Amino acid sequence: MKKFLAMILALVMALSLIACGAKEDEPSVYWLNFKPEAHEALLDLAEMYKAETGVEVQIVTAASGEYESTLTAEMDKENAPTLFVVGNDAAVKSWGDYCYDLTGTSIANELNTDAYNLYDESGKLCSIGYCYECYGIIVNTELVEKAGFAADYITNFATLKEVAEKITANKDTLGFSAFASAGMDDGSSWRFTGHMINLEYFYESVDSPADWEKCPAEIKGTYMDNFKNLYDLMVTNSTVDRTALAAGGLDAQGEFASGKAAFYPQGSWEASGLEGKGMDMSKLAMIPYYCGVEGEEKAGLNCGTENCWAVNAKASEADIKATIDFMTWMVTDPEASAIAVKEFSVMPYKQAAASTNPFLADANDYANNGCYTMTWVTNFQPNVNEYRGAAVAALNAYNADPTDANWALVETAFVDGWATQYKAANNG
Amino acid sequence: MKKSKNLGRTIVTAILSVISVIYVLPVVAVVLNSFKINTFVKTDTFAFPNAESFAGWDNFITGMTLGGTFWTSVFYSLVITVLSTALILLFTSMAAWYISRVDSSFCRAVYFLCVFSMVVPFQMVMFTLSKTADKLGFDTPWTIPVIYLGFGAGLAVFMFTGFVKSVPLSIEEAAVIDGCGPLRTFFSVVVPMLKPTMISVGILEIMWVWNDYLLPYLVLDRTKYMTIPIHIQYLKGSYGTVDLGATMALILLSIIPVIVFYLCCQKHIIKGVAAGAVKG
Amino acid sequence: MKKQRDAAAVTSRLISRPIRRMFPLFLLPMVASFAIGFVWPFIHGIYLSFCQFRTTSDAEFIGFGNYLKALQDQTFMHSFWYTALYAIVSLVLINVLAFTVAYALTQKIRGANIFRTVFFMPNLIGGIVLGYIWSMIFDGILGKYGTSIVLNSTYGFWGLIILMCWQQIGYMMIIYIAGLQAVPEDMLEAAHIDGATKWQTLFHVTIPNVMPSITICMFLSLTNGFKLFDQNLALTGGQPFIINPDGSTLKTTEMLALNIYNTFYGQNTAARGVAQAKAVLFFVLVAGLGLLQLTSTRKKEVQQ
Repeated sequence: MKKFLAMILALVMALSLIACGAKEDEPSVYWLNFKPEAHEALLDLAEMYKAETGVEVQIVTAASGEYESTLTAEMDKENAPTLFVVGNDAAVKSWGDYCYDLTGTSIANELNTDAYNLYDESGKLCSIGYCYECYGIIVNTELVEKAGFAADYITNFATLKEVAEKITANKDTLGFSAFASAGMDDGSSWRFTGHMINLEYFYESVDSPADWEKCPAEIKGTYMDNFKNLYDLMVTNSTVDRTALAAGGLDAQGEFASGKAAFYPQGSWEASGLEGKGMDMSKLAMIPYYCGVEGEEKAGLNCGTENCWAVNAKASEADIKATIDFMTWMVTDPEASAIAVKEFSVMPYKQAAASTNPFLADANDYANNGCYTMTWVTNFQPNVNEYRGAAVAALNAYNADPTDANWALVETAFVDGWATQYKAANNG
Repeated sequence: MKKSKNLGRTIVTAILSVISVIYVLPVVAVVLNSFKINTFVKTDTFAFPNAESFAGWDNFITGMTLGGTFWTSVFYSLVITVLSTALILLFTSMAAWYISRVDSSFCRAVYFLCVFSMVVPFQMVMFTLSKTADKLGFDTPWTIPVIYLGFGAGLAVFMFTGFVKSVPLSIEEAAVIDGCGPLRTFFSVVVPMLKPTMISVGILEIMWVWNDYLLPYLVLDRTKYMTIPIHIQYLKGSYGTVDLGATMALILLSIIPVIVFYLCCQKHIIKGVAAGAVKG
Repeated sequence: MKKQRDAAAVTSRLISRPIRRMFPLFLLPMVASFAIGFVWPFIHGIYLSFCQFRTTSDAEFIGFGNYLKALQDQTFMHSFWYTALYAIVSLVLINVLAFTVAYALTQKIRGANIFRTVFFMPNLIGGIVLGYIWSMIFDGILGKYGTSIVLNSTYGFWGLIILMCWQQIGYMMIIYIAGLQAVPEDMLEAAHIDGATKWQTLFHVTIPNVMPSITICMFLSLTNGFKLFDQNLALTGGQPFIINPDGSTLKTTEMLALNIYNTFYGQNTAARGVAQAKAVLFFVLVAGLGLLQLTSTRKKEVQQ
């Protein structure tokens, strides 16, 4: 018995010693990743990098919708992320102190554009874009043709509506629906509260560009009706009844990939997923959010990014250097950048592999045909999680009972919520 | 009179049987849905899997790799539960004996603090505790048991002290007179008498640690370790679409060991719970 | 329990002197862990509740500001009342049902052991897992009517009640069974001989005799109700939200513990001081209930 006791005691002591001594001095990289779908590929990259240089790269992926809270918790730890995402103005404000000034670093010198970089008020280069993306409505042109329309028939909201409603009318004979389900659980709701809503902000910013040079303290909601047009069209011509959306657990990607829906509001990053499910990429196209705005025939896709790398200024010198080396490796090493680009679609760096993403090609085509690109104004959303949480709740209430009174709630959440959250975010 | 009594009993038995069936239905539903294709879980929750919705072992196979390897989480859950329970049993019983036999003012202060800690909700200390644990390196499955020992000491010390105080002194005095040191006295005289309390405390701690979510979620180094509850909670928000079929498969896998454990040690568990409740 | 008061009976110098020397082995491990795992975090937590801080290292003392903000926080007050309502409803339901089942099971029912096994089983399943099981079940039913547990706060409330009844009845039942079995047989017999009806026996003999169990169970379900977190998080997570006129939200099914958690780890890191103040208030509330229990059991003991 004595021996047993001594053993346990020794074990405990040893364990606590190990625990205390375990803070290794080797420089290492800890990337708190923002994109769940890229997790596996990043693990591969980390392994490759370790094999090549011996430097440990940890990849942790926050669940969608929980990046901010995960970052908050992790930053407070001894072993804090060295590489994290600061993707918008609001984040620069709350995490600016933690951002290492990237000006003149080897990674910043590799950039081929300044368009996606974020600076704070003093001009510090807080974060740099590592990929840009586009979103809109992915169309299965094969199904549109089956419904009796030319693949390029849709050029505005009226034609989109015509196609969608015709598909719904003939749903049973065609065997598919117009829109894939718009689930409102955390894994899917951002497609509407974080992306589709961009059309409202964007057209507002076109009307008064001066207000939107930085995050406006409040918004007007001028184009909420247009958002409603598209949103209503999507949920009423869908694979599932709108009342089933709130509970979530739906598989929109699966519906679209198996040909059960012709339209799928999503982004360029979805290409690898759809290809993985065996879709013929040449039959897919991405169209803008048509919503009944004057002159929208000239609209292009929504392009931008909220994927911007920031390096933790409070990490040790050695870790900062290791992190920047890793980033540089990822965009210069041919093999690594090929893997990264496959996940991130396109990376704005001089030596990065070329993009093969069909949707980004669509985005370029629109731009080359003289269409206006809809920039990502959603990046300004203040207190993103709280703001979007309110919007999701309002949309849920509206889907359960689509009355005008409930739509007023949606407007309150998007428009008044902006001002409220802006105040909360800026006055502490 | 006798007949009506029997009739009454039969009715009660019948009612209880019906309730029992309702009681196990949720578990049955988990079993059914773990074999269903994802999209059927919400729409046909209570139907048996049919030709169209039957997924075979697919949910279990995809579930295994969903959000990290599931077995690793099971392993860490086991490590944490076993180590924590062992630590708590050993050190709190020793402490309880020391406290009641030495009975100095320091001991009384410790005892008072232990009792006090029983009414403190975790939210009160969660932020500072996770910070302290992180600073001192108690953020791995191998070291977090120390945190469990610290935060869970209250109830265990309370229960052990209550029992030790009722142990007659004469037995220990006899041991001391026979030349036993404190260690011998404790392990060969006190511990055997403490056994029933040990089992009760052990059961309570196992149930607490195994199912605990927030403490390990905040304290563990999330970059490396997950426990079963953390893993299941993580599935909800991660990786875009929630795969309900796979989630149910993992839930099933996580409750099977619990139910087996329960059926094996039912008597002890129920006794332990009753003892813990009456004293707590 | 009473005789512990007498220190002389608890120890003797013969035993205590050699033990004293073993302090590092016997008491130190537990006291050290206790200091790390409870005492220091507790004191630090109290201190931080008077500070403005984002991380523990940049705390700045500001006095009672956090407490004022916490008490003015509409979501906190809502969660308090919601939690209180939940705790009381669940207290009544769980105890009535658990007592009824326990009473039935002690009436020499055939298969009583099997019933006991079944009713206690849900107790071993963790709160997070329970939440997901029941969210699937509720949505499986409500989905047929085009709604969901996350859409309607009434469903959310009763859903949580059902879940907790399912989990806790077995637990309370065990305590009641222990209490019922301790009712002296001769008292029951005497009542029977005096011609008391079953109901009279129940209310005048059985229930007064299991009063200690009833007190324990009531306080257990009350404090459990106030401290509920995992099940709340997994079942509804606070949904549905009410949209305030200013576009902020009120999480209708958010209970106290979850409210504190959300304030701590939400986006607004400037609100951490407020969160810690809420946590202290929460502690005072829960500890107050515990104290109340202690005094009420004491009083009973004295009366006996």
